[in-house]
Amino acid sequence: MKTSVSTLALVAALALPGAAFAQDKNVKIGVLDDMSGLYADVGGQGSILAAQMAIEDSGMVAKGWKIDLISADHQNKPDVGVNLARQWADQEKVDGIFGVLTSSVALAVNGVAREKNLVYMNSGAATSDLTNSACSPNTVHWTYDTYLLANGTGKAVVKSGGDSWFFLTADYAFGHALERDTTEVVKANNGKILGSVRHPLNSSDFSSFLLQAQASKAKIIGLANAGGDTTNSIKQASEFGITSGGQKLAALLLFASDVHSLGLKMTQGLQFTETFYWDLNDGTRAFAKRFSDRMKNKNQPTMVQAGIYASIIHYMKALDANGSNPRDGVKMVDKMKSMPTDDALFGKGEIQPNGRKVHPGYLFEVKKPEESKYPWDYYKLIATIPANEAFTPLDKSACALLKK
Amino acid sequence: MFNISTQALFAQLLVGLINGSFYALLSLGLAVIFGMLNIINFAHGALYMVGAFCAYFLLNVLGINYWAALILAPLLVGALGMALERTMLQRLAGLDHLYGLLLTFGLALIIQGLFQNYFGSSGLPYAIPQQLTGGQNLGFMFLPNYRAWVVVFSLTVCLATWYAIEKTKLGAYLRAATENPTLVRAFGVNVPRMITLTYGFGVGLAALAGVLSAPINQVRPLMGADLIIVVFAVVVIGGMGSIMGSIVTGFALGILEGLTKYFYPEASNTVVFVIMALVLMVKPNGLFGRA
Repeated sequence: MKTSVSTLALVAALALPGAAFAQDKNVKIGVLDDMSGLYADVGGQGSILAAQMAIEDSGMVAKGWKIDLISADHQNKPDVGVNLARQWADQEKVDGIFGVLTSSVALAVNGVAREKNLVYMNSGAATSDLTNSACSPNTVHWTYDTYLLANGTGKAVVKSGGDSWFFLTADYAFGHALERDTTEVVKANNGKILGSVRHPLNSSDFSSFLLQAQASKAKIIGLANAGGDTTNSIKQASEFGITSGGQKLAALLLFASDVHSLGLKMTQGLQFTETFYWDLNDGTRAFAKRFSDRMKNKNQPTMVQAGIYASIIHYMKALDANGSNPRDGVKMVDKMKSMPTDDALFGKGEIQPNGRKVHPGYLFEVKKPEESKYPWDYYKLIATIPANEAFTPLDKSACALLKK
Repeated sequence: MFNISTQALFAQLLVGLINGSFYALLSLGLAVIFGMLNIINFAHGALYMVGAFCAYFLLNVLGINYWAALILAPLLVGALGMALERTMLQRLAGLDHLYGLLLTFGLALIIQGLFQNYFGSSGLPYAIPQQLTGGQNLGFMFLPNYRAWVVVFSLTVCLATWYAIEKTKLGAYLRAATENPTLVRAFGVNVPRMITLTYGFGVGLAALAGVLSAPINQVRPLMGADLIIVVFAVVVIGGMGSIMGSIVTGFALGILEGLTKYFYPEASNTVVFVIMALVLMVKPNGLFGRA
């Protein structure tokens, strides 16, 4: 009897090589980001590097896992992003998509990830719809969202007296979401909205829009745009004497790379919200040092790149805890939701049932040139927004997953 | 939408005029190159960007100020253009337009890719020269001194170019060489050299626009790519190769775009192409083009 069992096992082992006995420890992840356009410094090559570092730091290879990383440029076009995501799912057999800056692309890829049952961890897109009306059991929204930006920067500005607003809004999903969320916060704090103007994504000249903002006599000009659009708005606002004329800019979404590009002289005093700053604590500094050493242009990481690193670290932990790759996006996302998050960049946190990753937000102010002591010494911390206040409260989330 | 104040309208007209001066300067270079050399120069946007970077490096590496860069950058980029013309474009003489278009398009991608690889996409800051900071309060708007300078300067350059090509003896040689190079050569004029110099001049105009725009926009690798398509539309509307056409349409479309930004900002990046389609339906050779 004994021999027949072992013979049977041997036959089975021969018939099903690898499948029945060896655990599936192969994982393929893809970083889909703007690699060449106006957000390429926010994500781009730095996103790929962050993903590589996360795979190395996770120690998964030593545990017998094989992790493949691929990347592509979605060019900020939803159709391109969707095609790449489909191709990755069907031909490349990726398990997870990471990054995906640009809200319009992020929302489109959100649909593909759900359809193909992939893990989708977004770090870069701003729209809070990803965990509200468009939430999906396959999606985790990691770094920040428009709710946080509105509540962080918007609230702080209104409370310090900026109670009348005019928006300069990028005319696509992101700008609209940011304007909408900020408008709610301003109104809730007894401020008023005097108007808004929607400019095409990737405009180079903002003078027409700025003149309209100037004519509105609003105390605050809210910049509901990002990347190159924000840097050009800030630069030209100073040229047209808007800031010296008494109106203030509120850069609702500003990245370290934008401040670096504009210089402190132009940006000093701007207040904005981020969830990661390279010089925040020892953990972030250690990561930033290793990161910038490997970046060709020696840039420090942005919060988007940090989010890619941290989200992959968490995904790897969940895979490790699971023991093998289930090739099932919903199952892995559920697994990740069941585990508390903990990494050096965002600290301890959790993923809520709607896919929202929660961690503290920080209200920063750009330093004056004379306050900056070393390269990339740009921010001072004004206030910390605790994790439980930073993102949409669950009872207000419009996510259908919560209404089971 | 209908509560237009005259103040706002004036302001938008002026802002449009400022943007128009960039369109005019760039489309002028394109028109010169196409009109004289029959080359559709898709590298124009990339060379405009190189001009802006040139100004940045002159200032930050060699300490050479804006005013000198205004002369030096076009010369340097013009020399680069002439090298490209001598080594590559010249070999395509007499072939279909498409070859030149593909070559210059490829060059543009390579140049932009190189700059992006080294400098990222956010760009580098370039300050407004000390003498031109500040601005004038015109009552209906605050006009930065620098923008006023841009309009005056580019208008001067445009008109001088037009004069040189249409009214001087040198311009006459040039136009003759375009019509019948063999005959002009028979008169002892070195036509290939003239073509190289003309290409260098057209490219120099692009670099000049780049230097002018450096203090307004960030100096970014993609600054030209964002602009070049609009500029091509301007050239097509004005009539390929027409010098005056490109100047007039450049300014006119800048103003039209400015007005669109006021009345219906969402359409501001498509309005130029709508006009292009309309013009092509009525006048296939453009407003100032010859059949």
